Amino acid sequence: MTTILVITAGMGQPSSTQLLGQRLGEATLAGLREAGQQGVQLRHVELRTLAADLASYLVSRVPSQALREVFEAVGEASGVIAVTPVFNASFSGLFKLFFDLLEEGLLAGRPVLLAATGGTQRHSLVIDHAMLPMFHYLKARVLPLGVFAATKDWGGSETRLSRRIGQAGAQFAELVAATPVVRPVDAFEHVTSFEDLLRG
Amino acid sequence: MQIGIFTVGDITPDPTTGRTPSEHERIKAAVTIARKAEEIGLDVFAQGEHHNPPFHPSSPTTLLGFIAAQTERIILSTATTLITTNDPVKIAEDYSVLQHLAEGRVDLMMGRGNTGPVYPWFGRDIRDGIALAVENYALLRRLWREDVVDWEGKFRTPLNGFTLAPRPLDGVPPFVWHGSIRAPEIAEQAAFYGDGFFHNNIFWNMSHTRKMVHLYRQRFAHHGHGPADTAIVGLGGQFFMRRNSQDAVAEFRPYFDVAPVYGYGPSLEQFMAETPLSVGSPQQVLEKTLSFTSQVGHYQRQLFLIDHAGLPLKTVLEQLDLLGEILPDLRKGYAEGRPAHIPDAPTHASLVAAAVTHRPSGPTLVDDVTGRSPMQRQA
Repeated sequence: MTTILVITAGMGQPSSTQLLGQRLGEATLAGLREAGQQGVQLRHVELRTLAADLASYLVSRVPSQALREVFEAVGEASGVIAVTPVFNASFSGLFKLFFDLLEEGLLAGRPVLLAATGGTQRHSLVIDHAMLPMFHYLKARVLPLGVFAATKDWGGSETRLSRRIGQAGAQFAELVAATPVVRPVDAFEHVTSFEDLLRG
Repeated sequence: MQIGIFTVGDITPDPTTGRTPSEHERIKAAVTIARKAEEIGLDVFAQGEHHNPPFHPSSPTTLLGFIAAQTERIILSTATTLITTNDPVKIAEDYSVLQHLAEGRVDLMMGRGNTGPVYPWFGRDIRDGIALAVENYALLRRLWREDVVDWEGKFRTPLNGFTLAPRPLDGVPPFVWHGSIRAPEIAEQAAFYGDGFFHNNIFWNMSHTRKMVHLYRQRFAHHGHGPADTAIVGLGGQFFMRRNSQDAVAEFRPYFDVAPVYGYGPSLEQFMAETPLSVGSPQQVLEKTLSFTSQVGHYQRQLFLIDHAGLPLKTVLEQLDLLGEILPDLRKGYAEGRPAHIPDAPTHASLVAAAVTHRPSGPTLVDDVTGRSPMQRQA
């Protein structure tokens, strides 16, 4: 089963960040269906529900059950849509914390669509200047087209947010369809033999 | 089944009084705790090793040697010996001497250490942790087993014509456990040599511990040391006991909440639900501890962490008294349903006996300090 995982770091309920993630997820699903991929499912993770678990894990090294399940879901996702609100001209601390704690290598080679929300369009470069370096560091396969939604975009018809969402979703669907799912290597199943370890 | 305690040797303020014990107090407390452990009938006292404050045990064999002189029966072990940053030659020397002084009541647990700066202080790089553990231990084994060692590796000055002095007691090196929380390579290392594998079993949930132990057991069989269920497994764990469970929770909570490593993290209740920690009545601790067998199979060694996070010595000794009270039931519980072919953890005596069986007509290794051989000792 192909899964598109939508990870959003919105604070409120309802949240425009969560809404943007949901719309992008649906647009991606539509694109995948058009390409003939059936049985694709969308899974949504709201980081606000894991805020305490993430903080606890950071200082105590004890991952909660809920957190372990989400990390596992990242490892099985065909694509990840990551959406953050802009805080102080960057991604939010909660958003960063999640990716800081994600096991190393889990995003490597995995298709990722980046999106952000902010109060004004003046923050729109946050995707390229703040998010992109981190996801490149994590070796994710990032779609060059990100989506930034300012508060005004949700109302003004001339900004055509829906069209941008549709475009990004269609392109992300193409990327997902063209990328084989990267399953994390289970170190417990593929043991490096000791003879190899001894050879250094 | 061996039951014992292990200690990190942290010097932590008591959060209920704000008082920080001195290094001297904590070092002497370690001796008191070890003696008490023997008095209540425990089998093992294992001492950690650290090279930075707020920890005191930078010289474990000095401490263990002193304890050896004041005890008669308890096995002295480590938790862990830093196989990465210590020179394997020095480890071989130190523990050979300790083994002689303690009449063989010594084994070791190898670990890598996770404090970044400690590595460069000893001329190493934490990123080489696994490679150091592999190479250094391979050398250590040879130093203890071969009379003259010629050796060259990546990390240490080569050795030409090196002979360890003193030779291990009775020509039999101490038994070695390998401890790791999450490195499959270390489980593989333990399995390759047929050594013991120890999981600290404190910070993670039991399903992870089970995974590590399972891997070790499978690889133990793969490397030809016998069926998977005969592999030598040790687990950590921690408890806090009072006669009734509410008192235990109320008294332990302030220590838990600000404890080094996991303090300021999950709640006590969450931590108890997700990790092997048990805080409650003796009966509750007994039941939770005995449930470990259902996760990892019949195992050989259970060590508890009891003297950390600023708990005062008096409280620690009370914990040991309570542990002493449930000890017969613990032993009975572990014996229940344990098949006859499950081995005990090797001891010096069992290793000497095995050495005699395996070398019936080979050359007799003579311990050049005591002049004894395994044959003579057996006779």
